[in-house]
Amino acid sequence: MLRDITIGQYFPGKSVIHRMDPRMKLILSLVYIVMLFCVGTEIGFLVPIVFLIVAIQISKIPMKMVLKGIKPILPLIIFTAVLNIFFVSGTPLVQWGFLTISLEGILVALKMVIRIIFLIMGTSLLTYTTSPIALTDAIEQLLKPLNKIKFPVHEMAMMMTIALRFIPTLIEETDKIMSAQKARGADMESGGLRQRIKAMIPILIPLFVSAFRRAEELALAMECRCYRGGEGRTRMRQLHYSRLDWYGAACMALCFAVVIVLNLFAPTLL
Amino acid sequence: MKELISTEHLHFEYVRAEEENVLVLNDINISIHEGEFVAVLGHNGSGKSTLAKHFNAVLLPTGGKVLVDGIDTAQPDRVFDIRQKIGMVFQNPDNQIVATIVEEDVAFALENLGIEPAEIRKRVDDALKKVDMYEFKEHAPHQLSGGQKQRVAIAGIIAMRPECIVLDEPTAMLDPKGRREVLNTVMELNREHSTTIALITHYMDEAVHADRIIVVDHGDVVMTGTPREIFSQVDKMKELGLDVPQVTELCHRLKQEGLPVPDDVITEEECTAVLKQLLQ
Amino acid sequence: MAIIKTEHLSHVYSEGTPFEKVAVGDVSLEIEQGAFVGVIGHTGSGKSTLIQHFNGLLKPTSGKIMVDGKDIWAEENKKNIRNVRFQVGLVFQYPEYQLFEETVYKDIAFGPGNMGLSEEEIHTRVSEAMEFVGLKEKYAQKSPFDLSGGQKRRVAIAGVIAMRPKVLILDEPTAGLDPKGRDKILGQIREYHQQTQSTILLVSHSMEDIAKYAGKVLVMNHAGVFDYDTVERVFSRSAELTRMGLSVPQVSRVFERLSSEGLSVSQNVYTVEQAQREILRLYTQKKEGFHA
Repeated sequence: MLRDITIGQYFPGKSVIHRMDPRMKLILSLVYIVMLFCVGTEIGFLVPIVFLIVAIQISKIPMKMVLKGIKPILPLIIFTAVLNIFFVSGTPLVQWGFLTISLEGILVALKMVIRIIFLIMGTSLLTYTTSPIALTDAIEQLLKPLNKIKFPVHEMAMMMTIALRFIPTLIEETDKIMSAQKARGADMESGGLRQRIKAMIPILIPLFVSAFRRAEELALAMECRCYRGGEGRTRMRQLHYSRLDWYGAACMALCFAVVIVLNLFAPTLL
Repeated sequence: MKELISTEHLHFEYVRAEEENVLVLNDINISIHEGEFVAVLGHNGSGKSTLAKHFNAVLLPTGGKVLVDGIDTAQPDRVFDIRQKIGMVFQNPDNQIVATIVEEDVAFALENLGIEPAEIRKRVDDALKKVDMYEFKEHAPHQLSGGQKQRVAIAGIIAMRPECIVLDEPTAMLDPKGRREVLNTVMELNREHSTTIALITHYMDEAVHADRIIVVDHGDVVMTGTPREIFSQVDKMKELGLDVPQVTELCHRLKQEGLPVPDDVITEEECTAVLKQLLQ
Repeated sequence: MAIIKTEHLSHVYSEGTPFEKVAVGDVSLEIEQGAFVGVIGHTGSGKSTLIQHFNGLLKPTSGKIMVDGKDIWAEENKKNIRNVRFQVGLVFQYPEYQLFEETVYKDIAFGPGNMGLSEEEIHTRVSEAMEFVGLKEKYAQKSPFDLSGGQKRRVAIAGVIAMRPKVLILDEPTAGLDPKGRDKILGQIREYHQQTQSTILLVSHSMEDIAKYAGKVLVMNHAGVFDYDTVERVFSRSAELTRMGLSVPQVSRVFERLSSEGLSVSQNVYTVEQAQREILRLYTQKKEGFHA
């Protein structure tokens, strides 16, 4: 059922990673992704792999949960791998007709797979350990300089917050409307594609009508609570970088340095 | 007592393009005093919600004026002063909670007003304690019951430290338990923190607790008085499509049957005493 | 004969996970054809989950449910579960939010259309349903979104009535309405019940309304049936109902107080009419006793 979907995927906790400033976590996640793509030697891959495994251990998030994030993109991973295996030319290992598998192909595929998997795991760790609201705050803070070029940073963040707030409400609502239309004999499970799309109308129209009604009421309620955009607005929750964040940053910097050094000096298989 | 809200010949109509305007409020003259608990009754479409929206400058009169603490609500530069003085709680608790965490939502108005973070923290905790929701401060709104959500909405308003709270059918969507929770919270705010309350409702058992009732019908104030004065006019209330408490109706009917009972009974206790005396 | 019968029906949400929750536990119940049943229970008592089993929207995790003598989840009936929904009409809470068609007529015709009826038959049923809920002919071609809240709700109820279900279940049909709108809808439901002889299940938080309209009461508590009996018998357990967090009608509480103060008054009083009759009876009795 729809209500079984968990959105935001935040796992509250008190670990060091949970306690880090969301801005730093966001920056470090980006740096981590860059690092994944900078790795140039086989041995160098050990650095981001070990780094993330250690981070996951510290966060006390079960490894199983982190791996779960990979499942939805498994087809993409397999597709990329297959593409690389067959289409990268090099020393042939196996050959059937026009299909050739080369050593280089396997290696490139392997690297791509590791990169994608760890990219997903890294971002999962970020969302598992950071509440959506903290993440929104972090994005708002980090993008603040863009205000100078008239980019509506606060408005974007407000929209994200409201979207996050209303996702569970709208899921529940969709569930209810579906039940109500099924109670009137709506058939959503059979028929061809066209029929199924048509069967969605009795759900989509009430859902949109309701979303607009909610938006109108919410706007009124916000107005009544003196909302007038980002100008002159303060925040209850202030973000502070602590010593923890600088430790995190230092670890990341060191790992990156190791990757670069390995790129320069370590031997590669090819 | 000081007049907090007063309307002078308030007139309001919706202006519609290509169609006739709809008259919603017609020459309303009422006042709400500091510390008072006023209930506004009227059937759906009577204009009671429209009236309430004039109290904090969400709607502006098309004729006459509304004064809040002496300020004319039509003054555009005073809108935020007025909204901070007169807080408003709506019917659907889901559609007035903005943030994904209870305490963040309660802080929303204060953040908008540009108050210092430390002061916000203090007022948020204070407001949550007043509505008895402090222990839920880190919950997500969708994990709460209807009554709890409505109390969070009330906390979000009282954190602004308003002089008056206008509640527009705050219990219409709640179950009996939620209704009791919200009504108790409202009564406590009125009695213990002397917050002025304007409660728009069609539940008579809520209106009974008010100091004064204003009955609106077809955009006019048709009755005003204490709950006892209002509810004792059983026939008139029924004519307006409104209820009276069961005990009031019972005594009214008994009196019509010629029994020696007063017809201004509004509480269970009074009714029990009257019937006891009658039968002993 | 029982139109709806459950045997040890249970429904467990998220079975086998840490979030496991028994919403309905071991309910065995028989609802007679033609009864007008009030359903009460506080939020979370399992009443909403239970009623969604009656029309096959939810499948029991264990136990059986029979509609009109047929086990609706038996192998041979399973694929026709949609037919159960035409036999047992369910009107959800705030049903006006499910309206979607361009006109009132088309919206009410949605259910009958799904039944595969002929245009003619659909027309008859729509007109009939509109009459039951007191919607004038002229509304048929209006957009449902242009109507008032009370009218929208009546359109939604008509949309279920038009399927001519043998059982009509209404989940708090008067929520959010003013006293006049409430009395109007409940009066129409009573009329519908009397005219069609169908079975009605009315979920309500208002014991006043249930006392006024229903013949029997089903009380749900802690995922199970607390009681299923006539209004008189169920409401005579008012002390227990109050403890469950249900609100007993005000006049019943007054009579309870009178009796605890030593007066011998009837405990079967839930409506103003009943109270009036009882007081008049006692008063005449007292006066006659005085004269004699």
